[in-house]
Amino acid sequence: MSILINKNTRVITQGITGKTGQFHTRMSRDYANGRSCFVAGVNPNKAGENFEGIPIFASVRDAKAKTGANASVVYVPPPFAAAAIWEAVESDLDLVICITEGIPVRDMIEVRERMRKANKKTLLVGPNCPGVITPDEIKIGIMPGHIHKKGRVGVVSRSGTLTYEAVGQLMELGLGQSSCVGTGGDPVNGLKHIDVLKMFNDDPDTDAVVMVGEIGGSDEETAAQWAKRNMKKPVVGFIAGVTAPAGKRMGHAGAIISGGKGTAQEKLAVLEECGIRTTRNPAEMGKLLKSVL
Amino acid sequence: MKIHEYQAKEILRKFGVATPRGIACFSVDEAVRAAETLGGKVWVVKAQIHAGGRGKGGGVKLAKSREEVRDWSGRILGMQLVTHQTGPVGQKVRRLLIEEGANIAKELYVGMVVDRITQRVCLMASSEGGMDIEEVAAKTPERIHKVFVDPAAGLKDAEADEVARRIGIPEGSLAQARAILQGLYRAFWESDASLAEINPLILTAEGRVLALDAKMNFDDNALFRHADIVAMRDLDEEDPAEIEASKFDLSYIQLDGDIGCLVNGAGLAMATMDIIKLYGGNPANFLDVGGGASTEKVTEAFKIMLRNPDLKAILINIFGGIMKCDVIASGVVAAAKVVGLKVPLVVRLEGTNVDLGKKILAQSGLPIISGSNMADAAQRVVAAAKGVH
Repeated sequence: MSILINKNTRVITQGITGKTGQFHTRMSRDYANGRSCFVAGVNPNKAGENFEGIPIFASVRDAKAKTGANASVVYVPPPFAAAAIWEAVESDLDLVICITEGIPVRDMIEVRERMRKANKKTLLVGPNCPGVITPDEIKIGIMPGHIHKKGRVGVVSRSGTLTYEAVGQLMELGLGQSSCVGTGGDPVNGLKHIDVLKMFNDDPDTDAVVMVGEIGGSDEETAAQWAKRNMKKPVVGFIAGVTAPAGKRMGHAGAIISGGKGTAQEKLAVLEECGIRTTRNPAEMGKLLKSVL
Repeated sequence: MKIHEYQAKEILRKFGVATPRGIACFSVDEAVRAAETLGGKVWVVKAQIHAGGRGKGGGVKLAKSREEVRDWSGRILGMQLVTHQTGPVGQKVRRLLIEEGANIAKELYVGMVVDRITQRVCLMASSEGGMDIEEVAAKTPERIHKVFVDPAAGLKDAEADEVARRIGIPEGSLAQARAILQGLYRAFWESDASLAEINPLILTAEGRVLALDAKMNFDDNALFRHADIVAMRDLDEEDPAEIEASKFDLSYIQLDGDIGCLVNGAGLAMATMDIIKLYGGNPANFLDVGGGASTEKVTEAFKIMLRNPDLKAILINIFGGIMKCDVIASGVVAAAKVVGLKVPLVVRLEGTNVDLGKKILAQSGLPIISGSNMADAAQRVVAAAKGVH
């Protein structure tokens, strides 16, 4: 098993006709079971056409009705991305993964509020995230597939390349992954560390979790406090940004220390208090995980 | 993006927020003329820089005659204003705001930010205005009142009135306070702000409610729909290296260390700074070249980093996913040839096309130190910066 996605997931690409959407749909289709998983694309102006054999539909609703898809991935440009997320939610997909970087925060506030009020079942991962991969089954997103292999370690992170770094270290120690989830670098997003930890806790094929965090917000602390009471599996953590100065946005819109809150030191202290072993050395995430198995 | 106080007040006035009358000036003569135009007997001469703490730093002065306006304007314009937010070098004052004086009876605080937990705009208000609000929040959190605004409804009359009463606005001034709070919310929402602050919001002896100071920051991701706000950008207030980087869509932040870092991805870039520190070095910058950088972009990134006179060594840390290692390697070689490489360079490459990338570096003839993994590379660059090879 795995969390969120597996070889039976059927995916619609929203924004399949753009350069990014095409490139990553191709890469994802060529990974593991991608040929059976990536079943549709959406572009209202190109309905009836296809992208390398993947049929294009006018809307998510159409694509779902014709192909039985249950998830989507969004590569739509920032000004239109929040509307694309809403379209997936309105069509009652199980999951929408939004890769798009640079969506205005106001657009995300609006779409998240609508999602709460409409009480729809759709889960959102992202935006501004690398996506989700269940190695050797399916990858939905922009991570390099070849660095992963199937195994029993879960990885959750806000960032892209830092997740690859964690995966690379696990692989050097021969540890594969059950699933890897990038929650994204924006301040207003969908699934948070706590939601992903809960899923790994319930997944019989996950034995332990690497939780990679960074400065800003309090997602890591919230997850750690939940884990202290409920998590049945070992979790190890790293928090990036010990050296980040206050008030400067470190690349991710969410990674900023404001009003002395959200520092790496504070987060590390809470994680340790909650029984999550942490390292201050980003080169030792893999080793630390191995030590708790 | 940040703007000046006088610009924030211009925006707020459009949304019905009452402020003292004021005129922005670029010279002493303009300042004196502004005082004449405004009339009255008391004026405030306010330095306009993007950093806070201007009053404590000597950048805000009261003038009781036109001579005093001339005198203070002359002293403040051109000064290096040092505040807790500028760093020790301070920021040169190039603009002034001349404002009519106000008869302050009470200083209050109102501010707005996006709350990540409720995913709504949070209005914060306190009766303790004029001072460091973070200290109030830390010591007496019960004195900060919060409303999480429903984006579909906006800030409701009842919510605004409730907050106004709690921070001590008298019944007779409630309508004015409501107009200010609702105006502030609309200004925040409609202009895609990331922060809006009125500190202090004042109650005058005459019962008027006014925004005596104003600060607004904006969501960079939403600037594409606000040409009017983009026009307010003041490049004099920004770091030249950061401006140059933003032209190439690079995320660069200058720090005080001596080891330059060039990394792909914000999380890995922060982690790279951290590991340098862990091994006893000091990062000179944060530099994220992004997920899909071209050779040209890497070249520009390299050039920007090399402008730093304090640079003693460079660490390039790439985990290639979408970003291919050979592209990074070609960029590094091209940049090193264009600008000349005067400091030791440590490179750690991993991921897509790593062998090809390493081959390009090896064949370049450049004196590149290779790091086998992140820890090894960090230790090597720290040693190199200290002159140990």
